[in-house]
Amino acid sequence: MTPEELSELAVAERQRLDRLAHQINVCTATACHASGSEAIKTRLTAEVRERGISGQCLIRGVGCRGLCTNGPMVSVEPQGVLYQHVTADDAPALLDSLASEPVSHIQAPTDDPFYTRQHRIVLEHAGEIDPEQITEYIAVGGYQALAKALYEMSPADVVDELTTSGLRGRGGAGFPTGLKWRTVAKALSDRKFVICNGDEGDPGAFMDRSVLESDPHRVLEGMAIAAYAVGAHEGFLYVRAEYPLAIKRLTTAIRQARQRNLLGDAILGTPFTFHVEIRLGAGAFVCGEETALIASIEGERGSPRPRPPYPAEVGLWGRPTLINNVETLANIAPIIKNGGAWFAGIGTEKSKGTKVFALTGQVKNTGLIEVPMGISLREIVFDIGGGVPEGRSFKAVQTGGPSGGCIPDELLDSSVDYESLTRLGSIMGSGGMIVMDNTSSMVEVARYFMEFSMTESCGKCIPCRVGTAEMHGILTRFCEKRATERDLALLEQLCDLTRHASLCGLGQSAPNPILSTLRYFKQEYLAALESNQPEEVGAAAEEGRS
Amino acid sequence: MTVPPARIRTLTIDGKDVGAREDETILDVARENGIWIPTLCQMTGLSNIGACRLCLVEVAGSTKLQPACVTRVEEGMQVTAHSDRLAEYRKMIVELLFAEGNHICSVCVTNGHCDLQWLAQRLEIDHIRFPYLYGKRSVDASHERFVLDHNRCVLCTRCVRVCDEVEGAHTWDIMGRGTNARVITDLAQPWGESTSCTSCGKCVSVCPTGALFEQGKAVTEMVKHRELLPMLLTMRGRQR
Ligand SMILES: Cc1cc2nc3c(=O)[nH]c(=O)nc-3n(C[C@H](O)[C@H](O)[C@H](O)COP(=O)(O)O)c2cc1C
Ligand code: SF4
Ligand code: SF4
Ligand code: SF4
Ligand code: FES
Ligand code: FES
Repeated sequence: MTPEELSELAVAERQRLDRLAHQINVCTATACHASGSEAIKTRLTAEVRERGISGQCLIRGVGCRGLCTNGPMVSVEPQGVLYQHVTADDAPALLDSLASEPVSHIQAPTDDPFYTRQHRIVLEHAGEIDPEQITEYIAVGGYQALAKALYEMSPADVVDELTTSGLRGRGGAGFPTGLKWRTVAKALSDRKFVICNGDEGDPGAFMDRSVLESDPHRVLEGMAIAAYAVGAHEGFLYVRAEYPLAIKRLTTAIRQARQRNLLGDAILGTPFTFHVEIRLGAGAFVCGEETALIASIEGERGSPRPRPPYPAEVGLWGRPTLINNVETLANIAPIIKNGGAWFAGIGTEKSKGTKVFALTGQVKNTGLIEVPMGISLREIVFDIGGGVPEGRSFKAVQTGGPSGGCIPDELLDSSVDYESLTRLGSIMGSGGMIVMDNTSSMVEVARYFMEFSMTESCGKCIPCRVGTAEMHGILTRFCEKRATERDLALLEQLCDLTRHASLCGLGQSAPNPILSTLRYFKQEYLAALESNQPEEVGAAAEEGRS
Repeated sequence: MTVPPARIRTLTIDGKDVGAREDETILDVARENGIWIPTLCQMTGLSNIGACRLCLVEVAGSTKLQPACVTRVEEGMQVTAHSDRLAEYRKMIVELLFAEGNHICSVCVTNGHCDLQWLAQRLEIDHIRFPYLYGKRSVDASHERFVLDHNRCVLCTRCVRVCDEVEGAHTWDIMGRGTNARVITDLAQPWGESTSCTSCGKCVSVCPTGALFEQGKAVTEMVKHRELLPMLLTMRGRQR
């Protein structure tokens, strides 16, 4: 396929869609799939056939729209009607209404801040196109960025554009993407690799899964552009095996892209070659750490090794390797298409663009959202999230998962950007956001995350392996009101040790949930101590002494 | 073949000026200069993995602590190998090992020849401040000559590395996560049923504790012959 053929195909496909009076999009991403959306799609398809309107009305499966708890979601385009809590039995009514007013009892309020306050770049096609049809992606301009990079830009131009954009890694640490690409591009080697990190081990996080399920070609295009920029010809998509739908769609996407010569040899009629393979992870949190991930792809036990040397220098099979997160890679095509300056115009001074969050916990609208950097936590929790339900009050919001922390009420007006969250003792992380109400115990929250870190520690280094187990033990004593002043001191010492002496990011950040709850909710720890002064124990001790 | 000359770097360790080849680690140079840095997972002759974290040092200009065993020297580096903070961390790390396993030295055949015991003495540990975890751990005495006692294993993986890198058998591996991680032989079969083990005894001699020992040896006899490894490698012309 040449760039001209790509454009022609896009135009033809758009014309085909424009000729349709209606396109009915049924969400078939994991959450809606689980609540029966396939049955709705089947029923709609059958009804349309029966009514003999197949020529005017297309039924297609699409990716996630975000408000998954209200699923299954169905939308009708180009009319722009959105339905929620749809069942297969709603199909006839839904089709009847096409000519008249929408079916009111299942209509979703698209003027709600949940929809209007978002800014969708990464998720722009999610819920709009069929992720299993490459033509649909091409119709919305897919692979144009790759064509532009290959035909109009040198690899160095691509890196420069990324640097201008100010994009930072969405996998957690927020390392500048342009800088990372430049380092790998500079490394001298006859063989280099690009890895897409789709491990997503944080509990409660499903951003990357959703992107892979809703718009897999977006990620493949990002990988191909990255490979061109750094001089790699082989890529691996590391996805955990718990994501069967994402894997299925990726497999389909790779096959279709190869058939159309958008991946593989002589891409788009140029000498550029890029082959991609999927690697399944067994679902260990630590395998998201880049050196552990590399070990895992190599067929070894997924344990981190000390860095430096960084993968940019010594990576997969000892070769220079670029590792980027799914969401990071999904940002590449629009940056190349619209220019780095466009991207840099969104967000804050040091955190550009948007961030996808999985908003969960005690909040009315739970689901997947994409917001511009610099938005306040309050806007996310109260405007987009709709606040805490049923007369309870807001207490804290947890960001960054097991590596992050809890942010209290009084800091809700803080901006959501890398620096600000770090200052608050939390992190951006990969995008899990859990809202907690006044019934939550912060010590319990810290214990929950420590249990996760403890069981997910790879066990290689002592501070993390034993430190997390000891911290978990102490937090359990707090929860069971058996802790003493000494435990509090030990807890603080262990936080300090584990943070500074552990080998990888898992151990280094494992104390964060404790540190942040100690910072903002210390009284809960102290209260647990006070209630642990039963008279009898004191009396018994007195007796024993006499 | 002519070997290109290695470049020389100068740096300071604990304020002392030292010279080093560019391919040396901070630990190598410290040892050459008589500066002791505690180590446990590191073993001359085996690959370095930076796992135990006892050798952490401070490097001026960086807030991160660096493992001396895997950190290459750099020109002008100012290394602090001994500070109150490092001493405290090292103590805590060894204490955590005592809290994790079931180390009852008085009934251990390696009593008196144990690296862990020696480290505790050298770091002046007189009590363990952390609660003991009392893990339920087993003993594998199925091998005709050797015994594996998980209670005393500190997961340094010296056995894993020596068997893989020197003996070439790769009998050992690690299974499980966190404090449930264990060394295993073959596919977690009893050692005695291992088809890959050549009974060479290298793993026993490099094990720092009483986790691996020879059957039928009394306490004073169960001496670990660590000096054999560098000698063996020198004879093979493979000194690392
Ligand atoms: C314990 C641990 C788990 C991680 N898990 C993930 C993950 O699931 N997905 C991810 O993209 N990055 C994860 N990371 C971060 C990656 O190691 C790496 O920094 C990232 O993939 C780089 O891509 P980026 O620069 O695009 O963010 C993890 C890091 C650590 C220390
Ligand atoms: S910090 Fe934890 S997860 Fe990372 S290497 Fe050490 S034991 Fe493994
Ligand atoms: S005795 Fe030799 S071959 Fe057997 S496990 Fe130990 S090192 Fe490996
Ligand atoms: S058995 Fe010995 S050598 Fe092997 S990991 Fe355990 S302590 Fe280290
Ligand atoms: S899965 Fe359907 S809206 Fe998210
Ligand atoms: S000796 Fe360096 S980390 Fe163990």
